[in-house]
Amino acid sequence: MKRLSTFNTTALTLGFAFLYLPMILLVIYSFNASKLVTVWAGFSTKWYGELLRDEAFLDAAWVTIKVAVMSSTLATVLGTMAAYVLVNSGRFLGRTLFSGMIYAPLVMPEVITGLSLLLLFIGIGLDRGVLTIVLAHTTFAMCYVSVVVSSRLVSFDRSLEEAALDLGCTRLEAFRLVTLPIIAPAVISGWLLAFTLSLDDLVIASFVSGPSSTTLPIKIWSAVRLGVSPEINALSTMMIGVVTIGVISASLVSKRNSVRAQKDAQAAERAA
Amino acid sequence: MRRFALIAVPYTWLLALFLVPFLIVFKISLSDIDLAIPPYTPTMKDGFAALIQGLDFENFVFLTTDDLYYKAYLSSLKIALISTFLTLLVGYPMAYSMSRAPEEWRATLMMLVILPFWTSFLIRVYAWIGILSNEGLLNQLLLWSGMISDPLTILNTNTAVYIGIVYTYLPFMILPIYAALDRMDDSLIEAAEDLGCSRLSAFWLVTVPLSKNGIIAGCFLVFIPALGEFVIPSLLGGSGTLMIGKVLFEEFFNNRDWPVASAVAVILLLILIVPIVLFQRNQQKQAEAEA
Repeated sequence: MKRLSTFNTTALTLGFAFLYLPMILLVIYSFNASKLVTVWAGFSTKWYGELLRDEAFLDAAWVTIKVAVMSSTLATVLGTMAAYVLVNSGRFLGRTLFSGMIYAPLVMPEVITGLSLLLLFIGIGLDRGVLTIVLAHTTFAMCYVSVVVSSRLVSFDRSLEEAALDLGCTRLEAFRLVTLPIIAPAVISGWLLAFTLSLDDLVIASFVSGPSSTTLPIKIWSAVRLGVSPEINALSTMMIGVVTIGVISASLVSKRNSVRAQKDAQAAERAA
Repeated sequence: MRRFALIAVPYTWLLALFLVPFLIVFKISLSDIDLAIPPYTPTMKDGFAALIQGLDFENFVFLTTDDLYYKAYLSSLKIALISTFLTLLVGYPMAYSMSRAPEEWRATLMMLVILPFWTSFLIRVYAWIGILSNEGLLNQLLLWSGMISDPLTILNTNTAVYIGIVYTYLPFMILPIYAALDRMDDSLIEAAEDLGCSRLSAFWLVTVPLSKNGIIAGCFLVFIPALGEFVIPSLLGGSGTLMIGKVLFEEFFNNRDWPVASAVAVILLLILIVPIVLFQRNQQKQAEAEA
């Protein structure tokens, strides 16, 4: 077994302290009774209460969740289709352009994506609101989904699908009954990634949102530009809490699944 | 027929919402500012001939005459380069140490690196305001320990921007380097040491070259988004922090000059094409080497 040297231990300790201390401090200070964020004045949960009574924040949170659910679902469908096309469709007219359009949004600066979509929406006379944010988020998120799903599709054994077709499945049935269950983990992580990207996006949403469709990041942005605010600390703590629970439980589930798969494989080996 | 539909749906979506918008940006960058709504001429309504005649490179010429713009491009490049280098300095030792860690720890360490990536970007940047400000926690700690007698001004300077970029993009640097180091065969180091290398020279002559692809990938993954960054310079940087993403945003929203904002976007994209193409090539080479 390997042992960590002093250097390794120091690097990891300092590195993870750098990654986690700012967030831990944020969480601690969200329970600070003082409005002055730098002075500790005792434990209090009043900022949470104030946050939950703030209608504007609740409205923004609701808009954000609506947008994230719609855009990530749409992005998952489109992204999975795109991945399927990229991996399985062989050559077709404009394939290079297609794969270019899948990869380009991943490296495109957000300010450019936001600006270009806004100019399009104004050009075609589409009012800015929830719909335009959903369209914008779907477009960049589908590219992430298709990268995640296609990495899984590459290792997928196509003969399984062909077997299903030989046994009388239609193409759609073969996809639904054979391919989809196998690529499901990638589709689910694609959806989660799209959902997080949508929840998180400030720049693109600032361009394409209207006055009636303020999302949570836009709301947070306008609050933090004025400096540190205890309500935002409370909100941040809640968001960090949800993500931490989500990521830890997801990794526990995937660990359990891989342990189970290993056991199955061992059992199969013994039986053979 | 069904195959056609399968291709056509995502294809049309991307054409309409990715390629066409970009062509519109390009077209407006060649237009003139106007007080109408939308605030530029010519528009589609003026007819095709007028549309073509009304286009010129005036905005691009304007960008070269006002030194705000080329200063912003240069300082974006400088900030992105320096912070990429700093991220490498912080990230490499972490990735290296992770790859030395016992097998059963690695999944947990990996999760700890990825976890911040799932938390809101905005909040992670915001967390530094309370730490770096004049009355902030860092200054309180330094004053209390007696290391300084006057608070340091860090917030609203480029230093704060470097810290913010290193902090938020660190996972992008660690993951590809860790992936490269993880694949490395330890017996190579042992061989180098048996053949008389010191530990340090074995590291420089064997480990670093073998993780070269991971380093290159990590640097591009930090450099490319850092160049167009908007949130970090706006929140942590000062009025003296010029970055092109911020200039574009302000040109569009504060000055309402759409044609100039579009021209700024077109040039930013032209600058980005070089690193993006280099990155793609590096990835392809790596994929071929593995195949």
